[in-house]
Parts: sequence; structure tokens; C-alpha cells
Amino acid sequence: MKKDFDKDALSDMYKDKFLAPENEIRFVNAPDGSIIEVNPLDDYFCQERPKELKPRKGVVEKFLNWARAESLWVLGFGTGCGSIEIPPLSTPRFDMYRFGVQMRATPRQSNVFIISGYLSVKTLKRAIRSYEQMPSPKYIIALGSCTINGGMYWDSYNTINRLDHYLPVDVYIAGCMPRPEALLAGFGKLKELIKEGKAEKANEYIQNLDWYKANQKKIIKDWNMPDYNW
Amino acid sequence: MFTINNDRSKFPELDDAGNALIDLTSHKYLKLWQGPQHPGVTGNMSLELTVTGDEIVESRTHVGYLHRGFEKLMERRTFIQCFPTCIRLCVAEPDPNEYLLSSCVEELAGIEVPETAQWLRMLALEMARLQVLLRQVPGQAGTFALGLGYQWGNYIRDLILDRFEELTGGRVYHMYILPGGVRGLLPNGFKNRLEENLKLVDEFLPNVWDLIYTNSVFKKRAKGLAVIPKEWIDEYGIYGPAARAAGIMRDVRKTHPYLFYSEIDFEPFTTDESDVFARSLVRWHDLKMTVDIIRQILAKMPEKGDIKAPTPNVMHWKIPKGETYVKCESSRGEYGMYLVTDGSDKPRRVNLKGPSYTHATSVLEKLLVNANVADAAIMVSLATCPPEIER
Amino acid sequence: MKQLVEIIQNHFPINDIDLRKKSLAFISIHQNQAIPLLEWLKTTHGYKAFVLLTAVDWIEENRFQLTYLISNPDNFTELGVRVFIDREKAEMVSAHHLWKSIWVYQRELKEMFGINFPNSPRVNESFILEGWDTIPPYRRDFDTKQYSEETYFPRPGRSTNDPAKHMKSKLYPKD
Repeated sequence: MKKDFDKDALSDMYKDKFLAPENEIRFVNAPDGSIIEVNPLDDYFCQERPKELKPRKGVVEKFLNWARAESLWVLGFGTGCGSIEIPPLSTPRFDMYRFGVQMRATPRQSNVFIISGYLSVKTLKRAIRSYEQMPSPKYIIALGSCTINGGMYWDSYNTINRLDHYLPVDVYIAGCMPRPEALLAGFGKLKELIKEGKAEKANEYIQNLDWYKANQKKIIKDWNMPDYNW
Repeated sequence: MFTINNDRSKFPELDDAGNALIDLTSHKYLKLWQGPQHPGVTGNMSLELTVTGDEIVESRTHVGYLHRGFEKLMERRTFIQCFPTCIRLCVAEPDPNEYLLSSCVEELAGIEVPETAQWLRMLALEMARLQVLLRQVPGQAGTFALGLGYQWGNYIRDLILDRFEELTGGRVYHMYILPGGVRGLLPNGFKNRLEENLKLVDEFLPNVWDLIYTNSVFKKRAKGLAVIPKEWIDEYGIYGPAARAAGIMRDVRKTHPYLFYSEIDFEPFTTDESDVFARSLVRWHDLKMTVDIIRQILAKMPEKGDIKAPTPNVMHWKIPKGETYVKCESSRGEYGMYLVTDGSDKPRRVNLKGPSYTHATSVLEKLLVNANVADAAIMVSLATCPPEIER
Repeated sequence: MKQLVEIIQNHFPINDIDLRKKSLAFISIHQNQAIPLLEWLKTTHGYKAFVLLTAVDWIEENRFQLTYLISNPDNFTELGVRVFIDREKAEMVSAHHLWKSIWVYQRELKEMFGINFPNSPRVNESFILEGWDTIPPYRRDFDTKQYSEETYFPRPGRSTNDPAKHMKSKLYPKD
């Protein structure tokens, strides 16, 4: 599904964007006395466009999907107030571990990102970065009504209204705040989708990368990082 | 031979303005960001640390990741619409927000709250404190990777949240306290069920004592860590358990008794060590005290009675021009609200002041200097709640 | 509180006295004398704890109100000192030499209201917002709803009713 996107809308103002100080080209003294040029954008980041993770055929994909669905590793990033209901999930009363769900500390190890509630613009920037660092296949669960239409903060100047314009969402969990049971049901739904091979939002994100990036750059005024953060 | 100088008081060197003199190009220092995506950070905030080895030389707190513009949003909502907005400010302990907004509104509009409603408000506030402390007390050890107590505490906390659900209908956000009173009386059998939960807390307290406060690893790491000098309390504005750990009594329930706290017999615990261990110990005693206070409330409160004073039609409720500051004791310390009205049906300006505002910015930045990178527990011991800072 | 206010009256020209509660009073003073007053209260009357500093935008009168709330930890009283400054030249003397945490409030006010505090530490660093390029959001002439609708993508289908009218039509249609 290709979303209609007007390329001209991407104005040139973002081309000569300013960079964070750590991303500027600099010269460093090597131990042997020679001087090395460091260009962080080229040296530390991959400038290539990301590629889709194409589904395999037949029973192999089914097996892989079964394996993916039974081991959901959640990124421990409490982006909003919904994160208060995640610690109870790890305690015996709700016990998410029995569903193969567990928390990980770094995006490199996780494949589920729970956007727990409203996202301010400042957090959205970090959320995009964390999401893009996660290895595919990856899924997003959007928690709370603020991710659907802004919820309580629909008229706030600093929180986004629709998350699906900035990041691809696989499962929404409505409510303010959703109970831990609702979260477990959301995990169940995500598992169903993965097993049916329908949780392909991460690929859609890459197909429509320009559209997403234009939306993201529209609100993140100081975009001082590479376009895609590997 | 390479020697380590143990006297770190002169390190880092400071300039006249009190900033550390750091030359990042000298390759001796490293910039390290802790958070916002970091398991050791309380909530969604970040610390920009400059480290040398594993010692922190300079720390900068960055907040704003949870900024929703509450104060602006409340300016365009009527007073009754402010309630659902206001309570979402602090997710861990929303009840003080409800209480503060209602008592500000009552004070400016001149409404007397019925006695039963005041007792019920106290009960809700103390239950909220109980459920926060049940997370915070073992959570302190959790930052030193002792996660067992956290599981125990969360189990009992869930039961307290069940009682909240029974009383108010909400698990996390309650909206129980409204201007003029509260929304309902206690359900049948509520007292017995709450008493059963309190018995679990009674069992939990000695267990967590054995688990944490006699644990040699916890003692070794927490004792002497991040000592707050006594004179900082007023200079910086340090409240609640952090001030009581320094031997200075800061408890709004004692100093400015609101509701019926003057009829309750309690004595907040103070100690002199003022380190992470002492602050954790104060919280343990607070937990014990809270259970005691809830028992006293349940025994002393009237069974029946008026729970809501008559208020004008909330849809067109205009409050006369004025300004006031009301405060109450949250689990983190003095929590205040400054409300300015201009005679219309919407507040002119609302400002919430939580203790984290100073704790997480100026105090934490000072305390982290010369600390170890692994001692993120300093932040937890100050109980910082980022939404309170940026609102 | 009444006694204290009388003592202050002997030393400083204050007006607009509002004895709100037994432990809380508000006074107004001219911009130039606010910081000396705060310093005097801190050194001689034990008002050594600082509670909050915030601003109120009185756009109709074209001025900002700054409220310094200070408290005396010995007798547990609080005093709010109101200062009115011009909205066009929003600038106030910094008080960071008096209390060690006041620079945070001044930094926030600079960002959210656009009130400048010259020489306050780190006052120009952004505190809450990031890359903000319109007028400071807490000013009354900033319309948050309009900004939100223009910037973010509102999901179609949200309808807003005026609660008063809605209740009337649902509950009392005959009236």
C-alpha cells in the first residue's frame, strides 16, 4: 500500500539542516601523531536507505512467524504515563513472561516497542531513533487513547495527535489508562497478527519512508540527526 | 606506579561561576547520556553526564520529554473540566493533584467541605501514599539490582489498587476528590478488605527489612552515598523524606495540618545520616506510619454523613478574582498549587510545584558530581517524578 | 502575617495586600525594589526558603505578574511577593544570588513566557521545549488549539460539543 505523497511538499529547508555538535566533521589526533578526519554521518551511521524484510515462502515463513510470536521482547522505554502499568505486568499477578513477553534494556535486543501514551515532540524524536535502531521484524503497540487521536491532550501544542502519521502502529490499545489485562490482550492480538503474517507494518514504514520522514520533519524542527538511524 | 588520589573534593576544578572546567578535546572525558531510554532512569528524563573513568565530573538534567502544557490546557478548560486533566500530571500518585485543585477552588469560592468528605479525602490521600511507597521502598534496592522486594511490593500495591477500584472505579486515575467533597461513601465491607491488605503490608515490612536493610551489599553501596548537607535544605528547597533524612522536619501534615491530620497521632521519622540509605530508611518508616494512619482514619471516621457541599452548576461556575497557594504532603514531599482566577469560569493561571522541580535539577546535578556512573540510585532516592518538573 | 506586613510597610512601599490565610499573604511591590525586599526578608525575617517563582500573563493590562513565593521554615508562614513588569519589555533582575535553585525557574520563565533574566545561569538554554520557533507558549495570545490543529494531524471524527448546550439539549429539551 503506497500512501499518496506530494514530493514537492518536502521543502528544501531541511537539506542544509544543522547537525548536532557530535555529528559535525572534526579532526582527531591519532596515537602515532597523524591527523584523521572523522565524519560521523559517514563513519558512524549507515547512509543507505533501509531495505524491506521480505516474507519467505510457505511453511518456512509460518515457522518463523510462530517463533517470532512466541518471543516478544519489549523495549523498556516508558515514553508516557502508560508505563506505570508495565511493571505490574512483570509481577506474578499478571505475569507476561508466560506469554513469552519480556523487557529488554536496549533497542538492539528488542522487537516490540510499546508507545505508552502521549508523545511530546521531544520524545517523538527519541522514539523514532529507538525504533529505527531495533532490528526487523519489529512491531509497535500503541497504548492509550492519546496515541489514537490525542486523547486528553488533543489540543496541546506539544503532543502529537495521531501516532500512525509518524510511526507504523500494529496494535492499538484504547483506554486512559489501559489496564494490565488490556495490555495482555493487546499482546495476544499482536501474536495473532504475527502468526497470520499480517504484522507487516515495519515493511510499510520502509515503503513509505519519504511520507513518514516528511511528517516527522514537519514537527521536529531541529532535525539534527541522520535521516535513518541504523 | 599509578596512584589514585582519594581526595576528590578538589576535582573537578571549578571556575568562578561554579561550572566544572572540562576540556573535552583532551580525550580524558567522555559524554554519556543516561536516558531517556535507559532502565535506570526514573520516568522519561535524561542526564547528560561527563565522566572520566567511571566518575561523574559534571551532570546536566534534561527534562521536557513529558511536557504536555497542562498549565496552558487548564487555562482553556472550565474548572470542572480541569479535574480530569490535572490528575494526569503525576501518574504514580494522582490524588494530591485532585485534592490541591479542589481545595484551591473551595478556598477561592468559599465552600465548606463536610466532615465525612474530609475524612474520605484523607483516606484516599493516604492510600495513594501507601501504594507509591510500596513501589518506592523496594524500588530503591531494585536500582542496586535487588529486584525481589520489588515483586513483593508490587503484589501488595496491586491489591491496594483493587481497593481504589472499588472505592472510585479507577485503578490508576481516580477522580475521587471533587470541589465540595468526594464522589462516594465507602462500599460495604470495604474496611474489612482494606484491613486484610494492611495485614499483608504488616508482614511485608519486616520481610523487606531483612531483605534490604540488613543486606551487606545494599549497606555497602548506599551508606555514605550522596550526602545532602543540612544547610542545603532551605538553600535549595528540599522537601519530604529527603529533608527528614537530613534531620530536618519537613512534613506538611505536621507543620500545616490540613484536613483532620491534627486529630491523627503520628510522628514522622527523622535521622541524621542524610545518605541514600537514610532516605530509604525514612521511606520504610513512612510506609509503617502510613499503615498506622490509615488504621486510625478507619477507626475515627464517621460511617455516614454528607459527602458533598452544594456547589453552583459546574457548567457555568464563575469563581471570584483572587489567588491562593495550597499545599499538601505527597510521598515525595511538599506538593503545592498556585491558582490565580480572574472572575471567569476558567482559571487564569495554574502552577503546580512539586519537590522534584528542585530535586531533579539543581540538587541532583550537584549530588552526582564525583559519584560513580553506576550509582543512578541517587536519582531514585530523591524520588524524582519528571512530569512534575515540566508539567 | 499581619504584623509582618506592617513591618514591611514601614520599610518598603507595598500595596495590594491580601491576607489570604493565617499562614499566607500576598503583597505587591515595584519592580526595582522587589529583589532588595526579598533579600531583606531572607536575612532579617527568616524567609530563607524559596517555594516558587511563576508568572501570570495579564494581557488586558499589558503586563506580566511575577510571583515570588517564599516561606519561613521556623514559623511555617508563606509570603507571596507580586511584581508587575511590562509585557513589551519583559525583563526582570535575576535573583540567583539569593537562592541556589531559582535559576531553574528563571530558565523556565524565559522559555515559556519569554521573560528575560539577564545574567541568570544557563538562562538561554532550552529547558522544556526543543526547536520552538513561535511565540512562547504560556503567553495568553498563543492559541494552543489552533497550533495543534495546524501542526499535528487531527483524526477526523472528533466532534466537540459545548457541554452546557449539550446537557441542555439532552436533559432538558423542553425548556
